[in-house]
Amino acid sequence: MPAVRVLVGTKKGAFVLESDAGRKKWEVSGPHFPGWEVYHLKGSPADPGRIWASQSSGWFGQVMQRSDDGGRTWEAVGNEFAYEGTPGTHMWYDGTPHPWEFKRVWHLEPSPTDRDTVYAGVEDAALFRSTDGGKSWQELAGLRGHGSGPQWQPGAGGMCLHTILIDPRDPKRMFIAISAAGAFRTDDGGATWKPINRGLRSQYIPDPEAEVGHCVHRIAMHPSRPDTLFMQKHWDVMRSDDGGDLWREVSGNLPTDFGFPIEVHAHEPETIYVVPITSDEHHFPPDGKLRVYRSRTGGEEWEALTQGLPQKDCYVNVLRDAMAVDGLDECGVYFGTTGGQVYGSADSGDTWAPIVRDLPAVLSVEVQTLR
Amino acid sequence: MIRVVLPGHLCQLARVEGELALEVPAPATQRALLDALEAAYPVLRGTIRDHATKRRRAFLRFYACERDLSLEESDAPLPAEVASGAEPFLVVGGLAGG
Repeated sequence: MPAVRVLVGTKKGAFVLESDAGRKKWEVSGPHFPGWEVYHLKGSPADPGRIWASQSSGWFGQVMQRSDDGGRTWEAVGNEFAYEGTPGTHMWYDGTPHPWEFKRVWHLEPSPTDRDTVYAGVEDAALFRSTDGGKSWQELAGLRGHGSGPQWQPGAGGMCLHTILIDPRDPKRMFIAISAAGAFRTDDGGATWKPINRGLRSQYIPDPEAEVGHCVHRIAMHPSRPDTLFMQKHWDVMRSDDGGDLWREVSGNLPTDFGFPIEVHAHEPETIYVVPITSDEHHFPPDGKLRVYRSRTGGEEWEALTQGLPQKDCYVNVLRDAMAVDGLDECGVYFGTTGGQVYGSADSGDTWAPIVRDLPAVLSVEVQTLR
Repeated sequence: MIRVVLPGHLCQLARVEGELALEVPAPATQRALLDALEAAYPVLRGTIRDHATKRRRAFLRFYACERDLSLEESDAPLPAEVASGAEPFLVVGGLAGG
């Protein structure tokens, strides 16, 4: 049995990478669902053999897939995502009202305890849940209905709900993030929600400190400290120590604080990782050098991790869902690029090596620690 | 039997190769054909037409007998050659990109 399984979603299919605890030799399977966009795959913590995948296409729409044997075989499950009630409107790019329309599933978050329960974050932004193994999906409509929905506006990539975090102490407490509405929290299992964007400052919106409208790119949490959240915003790396009630900037000495993913070390809750990207106009690393930055102080003080990563002529991007960590004793860190490389580090980021180099553009990377 | 040709992505999804042959109750219309197709291959639900409205997905086209049937009423009769099985009904992914 492998020790680690890395699940890679790409623009043209899914790939499953498996290794023993040494994480030097990898078996690669795929493409699964060749020719389809696979925005995200994620394994169930309650049953590691169960993996969920979001398969989509501009032509053929959304398909949901489930594997019960670790990604060897797949079964299509329910793919009907119907908004609750009359969907209403959100704000379009030009400021006019635009009807809510389902486009695709961006992110899947399986329940930590129930193999048949999984949450789906979708575009146009909404949160759905299945409790029957993916046969049917119901919207948790309190999110869109809490009041600010008509003011939400899509980011450049669409109006996607891309982050779902479940508090390990209390599964009724969840955090989600939407581009470009911001972050929201529920304390009652999704019935009611509140915006948690105080402290965020975004110069590109009319009111830089508005309650909603911030382009949050990703939020991460360490399971031992669910009140501490780390955020990569469009610009700015932020942290909150009170469940998102108040954020403060911890970009510190980063070469640029624009980027997409943010991750937390599996065993060190104050060790975090980001991949700085030049700017919102230039979606590639500064100076053509692909560098992961690590902070061992929960932000502010960052060090560049470069060993094994290209330090010349590198102009790829790393998307918001394309970084993950494993839970082995020496924490492994993984990320995928729009150039089709998946890099792994078996030593908390000190050194890196490509696991695969020539996949289609990588949309997401997740990891299952199997022993 | 009505013959149906699906695009490669949907053949992969439905796990079929080549043409399909479907028993479609009379009168043979687009709606009856797609109902029969989705009943035989439930995994195709939502991939050719919308779950709720049953409207054709925007980037798909329906061709048969060298004609574009995409804008035909869904309850209009299919061409006699399709209904008889002499000609296939083609589901085509519209070209896009450059």
